[in-house]
Amino acid sequence: MNHPSLVTLERDSAPRTLFSGDQLVEVDLPPGTRCIYPKATLEPLRDPDAAIRYALNHPLGSDPLHARLRPGMKVTIAVDDISLPLPPMRRPDVRERLVTILLEMLADHGVEDIEIIVATGVHRRMKPNEIRHMLGDRIFDAYWPDRLYNHDAEDTDNIVKVGETEHGHVLELNRRAAESDLLIYANLNFVPMNGGYKSVAVGLCNYQSLRSHHNPHSIRNSDSYMDPAKSGLATDIEKLGRVAHKNLDIFTIETTVNNRMFDPSLDFLMKNEDELSGRERALLKALVLSTGKLPQPARQAIFDRFPAPYGMTGVWAGNVEEVHRRTVERSFEQYCVPIEGQADVLVFGVPYISPYNVHAYLNPLLVQVLAQGYLFNMYRGAPLVKKGGTLILLHPCSDKFDHEQHAPYVDFVHRILPETRDAVALCERYEEKYARDPALVQMYRTGHAYHPSHPFFMWYWGENGRQHLGRVICVGADNEYIPKLFGWETAPNVEEALYRARGGETRSLDVTLLHVPPIVMGDVSLPRGVTA
Amino acid sequence: MAACYFDVDGTLVRTNLIQPTLYYLRNQGTPVQTALQLGKALFRAPRMATAELLDRRMFNELLYSAYAGMSEDRLVVLADEVFDNVLRPSFFPAARSLVEKSKAAGHELVFVSGALDLIVERLAAYLGGGDVIANRLEMKDGIATGKLLNPVVAGPEKARIVRDHARARGHDLDECFAFSDSYSDVPMLSVVGHPAAVNPDRRLALLAKAYSWPRFDLTVSA
Repeated sequence: MNHPSLVTLERDSAPRTLFSGDQLVEVDLPPGTRCIYPKATLEPLRDPDAAIRYALNHPLGSDPLHARLRPGMKVTIAVDDISLPLPPMRRPDVRERLVTILLEMLADHGVEDIEIIVATGVHRRMKPNEIRHMLGDRIFDAYWPDRLYNHDAEDTDNIVKVGETEHGHVLELNRRAAESDLLIYANLNFVPMNGGYKSVAVGLCNYQSLRSHHNPHSIRNSDSYMDPAKSGLATDIEKLGRVAHKNLDIFTIETTVNNRMFDPSLDFLMKNEDELSGRERALLKALVLSTGKLPQPARQAIFDRFPAPYGMTGVWAGNVEEVHRRTVERSFEQYCVPIEGQADVLVFGVPYISPYNVHAYLNPLLVQVLAQGYLFNMYRGAPLVKKGGTLILLHPCSDKFDHEQHAPYVDFVHRILPETRDAVALCERYEEKYARDPALVQMYRTGHAYHPSHPFFMWYWGENGRQHLGRVICVGADNEYIPKLFGWETAPNVEEALYRARGGETRSLDVTLLHVPPIVMGDVSLPRGVTA
Repeated sequence: MAACYFDVDGTLVRTNLIQPTLYYLRNQGTPVQTALQLGKALFRAPRMATAELLDRRMFNELLYSAYAGMSEDRLVVLADEVFDNVLRPSFFPAARSLVEKSKAAGHELVFVSGALDLIVERLAAYLGGGDVIANRLEMKDGIATGKLLNPVVAGPEKARIVRDHARARGHDLDECFAFSDSYSDVPMLSVVGHPAAVNPDRRLALLAKAYSWPRFDLTVSA
């Protein structure tokens, strides 16, 4: 019997409704198509604050937090940035709950020298209103901006060497965090690749330290990067993370959330279209029509307007490895759907949001990283599509960028990518020079732009998808230039894309649809004797 | 190696060309000379205001005519004071960070300014060195004539000067950077491969947006 999240289409099945950026479109897929829907939403913790207190007092592989505190000590709390969850969650954000309880506990134990750092790594600086949303009014008003601030990876005076790996990779971190008596990292783990050793080693480091793992080789060695046990990226980050945990006193807190991305009134977006009630069908139709008619800024405004009602499903604290093992297990429990065998063709709609465009337009480079990177990597065991198979994605791929957040992306797409698509060549020939562009570095430091190295990482992030897939066909692109630049074909509709995937022949293909968002992962097992 | 061409006034410091000039005029040898010079400057003010709108070069020529009769020695001695009292307190908070990042990237620093070379040289030294392209006063027997030597560093002429400088130093202009706050510097910004609008005026901000040039603000701390 099929898993409840798996649906095989029949001849009379309703069209599937997929995201194509910030529009919803109806798509007819052939009978036999296997559709993977998000799993049922895990019940949130009934009393998250009590759960947090319990985790701090009963940590894994560590003394309780209160036992590690002493009056007069210097403590830094680092929190993840707004790149997760997606979209930003309703208040109170998990981080507000965590930091509120931490601050109470620190005050109870006479700790006064406290600073809170938003561990942005080379992401853009968060804006004050975003930090207020994330941490709440009380914390923001008391700490911003002197004792609550964004990490600055380019502030050479406030970056210090912590140590190096046996291979000579140097770890340099935020001075305040590195020189504190205790560093508490409060994670919000949205997907299995978040958290663990990555938190400190990436969120608080500089560009030089990132280079040893944020490169095409680490990504090529990942199968997938959503499965930490088989992620070359996670393995390489762990080496530097161990340096941090060996040299600093770190207390890790990780939390998981369920997949309640949409308000319950929009639950139908994650349901089998054949099982919708009459009212739900009408609402879905209305959404399809309205997103098709409204201008893009209006659509974006609508989606930006509603924070997600995510619920906290777990919280663990203490030793990073033990904590992270639990987090990844809970994350898989929410996302993984068992799948047998791989498809010839994988289909998905690319939605309007990624970790890197909160409150901004999803530019084409981010479409690429969602398609060949994050969504391709939504598997464990084996990729959802066979080696050399076809990916059909839906997105307009407009040549449009947010001029503030994504200033470095414009040059990357229009100036560097036309030179070569080869990730290794980009890394070796262009990355370092570009990462030191003084204008773009300044935009990162004093504006709200991503660091100039970031678009390179976004290209590398798509590398294992690029290496695995035989062809990528983009449906609904409003231009030929961008897909061609990425090495993709275009098709006006899914029928035409499938026809091309068949090579113009009538042979039948195994087609799998990944019905996202919300997030769903394939736990793929292969028949005996078959390799990925 | 590439070069970074920095406009100075309004870009790295919040002063304009008038403030150093006023400092010079206020600090003449005697109170009578000071009053006389300031009076003349006041008389020229309406013409300068018109020139500022019409032609940047004409504005510079009118402004520097106020220096006529000042001795070279006095100009040099007062240059230190002008820098210490007028320019140094006027650096934008993040200006030094931009210059340091440019230097760390291995770029040659070049300060291109309509201000006097005497002052811009001090600014360059303060920022750790670099070439200076600035206006120079004509001297006769150690006394300023009030005229500028060619080339006058202003408006479109800056573009030609930057091109010549890059050629002479063997820089590939496509690899070079230029930073300015003013729409009047669009010609200079347009000749390099990496232009950037810094604390831009409204017209430059619009143009930078249209062409996807980096835009940022040095008025806030990094």
